[in-house]
Amino acid sequence: MSPQIEILLVAIIVSIACALPGVFLILRRMALMSDAISHSVLLGIVVGFFIIGQVDSPILLIFAAGTGVATVSLVELLHRTQLVKEDAAIGIVFPALFSIGVILVTRYANNVHLDQDVVLLGEIALAPFDRVTILGLSLPRGLVVMTLILVTNLSCIVIFYKELKISTFDAGLATALGFSPVFIHYGLMSLVSITAVGAFHAVGAVLVVALMIVPPATAYLLTNRLSIMLAISSLVGTISAIMGYFVAAKMDASVAGSMASMTGICFLLTFLIAPKRGILAIIYRRFRQKWEFSQTLLLIHLVNHEGKENEAEECNVNRINQHLSWNQTFTQNVILYAEKKGSIQIEEQILRLTNRGREIADQAFAR
Amino acid sequence: MQIFLHLFSDYTLRTVAIGTAILGIVSGALGSYAVLRKQSLVGDAISHAALPGICLAFLITDSKTPLVMIVGASLAGWLGILVVTAIVRNTRIKEDAALGIILAVFFGVGIVLLTLIQKIPNANQAGLDKFLFGQAAALLERDIKTMGIISIMVISLTFLFWKEFKLLCFDPTFGASLGFPMKILDILLMTLIVIAIVIGLQAVGVVLMSAMVVAPASAARQWTNRLAIMVCLAALFGAIAGVTGAIISSTTAKIPTGPMIVVCASVIFLFSLAFAPNRGLIWQSLLKKTKFKPEINEVDPK
Repeated sequence: MSPQIEILLVAIIVSIACALPGVFLILRRMALMSDAISHSVLLGIVVGFFIIGQVDSPILLIFAAGTGVATVSLVELLHRTQLVKEDAAIGIVFPALFSIGVILVTRYANNVHLDQDVVLLGEIALAPFDRVTILGLSLPRGLVVMTLILVTNLSCIVIFYKELKISTFDAGLATALGFSPVFIHYGLMSLVSITAVGAFHAVGAVLVVALMIVPPATAYLLTNRLSIMLAISSLVGTISAIMGYFVAAKMDASVAGSMASMTGICFLLTFLIAPKRGILAIIYRRFRQKWEFSQTLLLIHLVNHEGKENEAEECNVNRINQHLSWNQTFTQNVILYAEKKGSIQIEEQILRLTNRGREIADQAFAR
Repeated sequence: MQIFLHLFSDYTLRTVAIGTAILGIVSGALGSYAVLRKQSLVGDAISHAALPGICLAFLITDSKTPLVMIVGASLAGWLGILVVTAIVRNTRIKEDAALGIILAVFFGVGIVLLTLIQKIPNANQAGLDKFLFGQAAALLERDIKTMGIISIMVISLTFLFWKEFKLLCFDPTFGASLGFPMKILDILLMTLIVIAIVIGLQAVGVVLMSAMVVAPASAARQWTNRLAIMVCLAALFGAIAGVTGAIISSTTAKIPTGPMIVVCASVIFLFSLAFAPNRGLIWQSLLKKTKFKPEINEVDPK
């Protein structure tokens, strides 16, 4: 495999591995836990490195996952003292742990390839240089590690799918059915931590957050079904990874930063044009509702005066605006709209209901 | 002790100390409002969102004067808040996710811009990456002057609108019924918080500045139930954390400023959590032993 394809593969696998647990973080309103965990795993990596003496030992994953879970517990511990609100607790715990990690890295681990830039940006461009041999195949270490993490995430989600689903959408029911919410909570947090550690090397602390939160949030705008949301999140993650890589290569910029920017663009596009939930759809719906409502008002007015002696006066094209207290142009537009919809006809300057118009008015009355 | 004597004789150290004291005071004071309004994590999003603003400001003006940086960062921070509001108002995405989206995406864009700027063959660009983790030692006198003037404006506005902001924090509905324009006050307070965050970016960095908003204010909250005392204490704690952290970082090799300042602020927070009278953990466990029920008065009436 050429180095480009290897980097691209790592990027895609990282983004899918992040998107899967991210879906549950979004649904459980714990999105910012990914921020906290992805920062504080640095401390776990550094401490693990001091103990083991290797920067790429798999045991580091365990240390880092432990730190992730410790972060969550610390936040809960602080919150439970009732002296600080939960958001403030998150806002204190992870900067503190991250700071200690950064200080340790800059001060004592300078000769290792862990420095400030790696902490923030990862080293995905270096992925092909760090290789392991498995079954006679020489593969980039990042690819192997992230594939393992992806498989772990996927199998945990498949095995505990209904447990995760129920405890996410109805925690009360989950408890009543006998699942332990605590077990599921910490299990999910461990998955997030392990993923964050793996992705940390590839994309750095802050951009893990982008891959965990933005694709699931995008998917959340497009579907109501959990399984589809998982699929769309992975797809958005993959698209962002591919586009991000090529844009970065073209501009010679940071791959991780560019991937994060692409997730943002995917989200922005979806936010604008998603069917039903997108901004344009909302604006169009409001716009249509305004005309529909005005048309209904007009039709009701016509029904009220249909066949009465003052019909000629009340329903005259040029004077009806005075009776409805609308302005001239608006009234003309409503008449045009109603005519186009086939709910009225104009006969000798007088507005007459069609059968369709009568139906619409009846429906409005029936409400 | 030697270090503190140096404070008066060493010009660089004095500049650094004054600069970090200013940032501590402003972020502590304004942070109190953010913490009381449960917006602790908004600061996190704002500070990350400021990075592309800093880069764009540099790309457009080709200058690194503090005022340009502060204006760029504030505009980007504000844009971030606007987008969060738009997302929360128009979709079913909750605030935490919206903050996360803005934080990560803006930061990603900022990183792309930063790597692009570093490619420009221009000696002037050096040091822009110091905004990531901050470098107090790089503070110059002109930086201090700009920071000082802006801080004085921010603090005096806070005093000027003291009772309005108090209402905004504790009972906005009552405030509205009294005829105060709560929406405008909300925007004003948000702007002040944005500026307070942006001022500190150069010394503490975009990654960790949010802690300077949350930690001193949460520490101060443990000591008192009165807003005035809380704001003053938070400012004091912020200043102590800033100066101590900056001095340790400037006098010791290979210690980044931002993380050191945050560690100092966290130590102050832990100390307050343990030892504050009435609310502190040790005090409470003593009270429990003597079978007195502690009366914890929430400042927040909710």
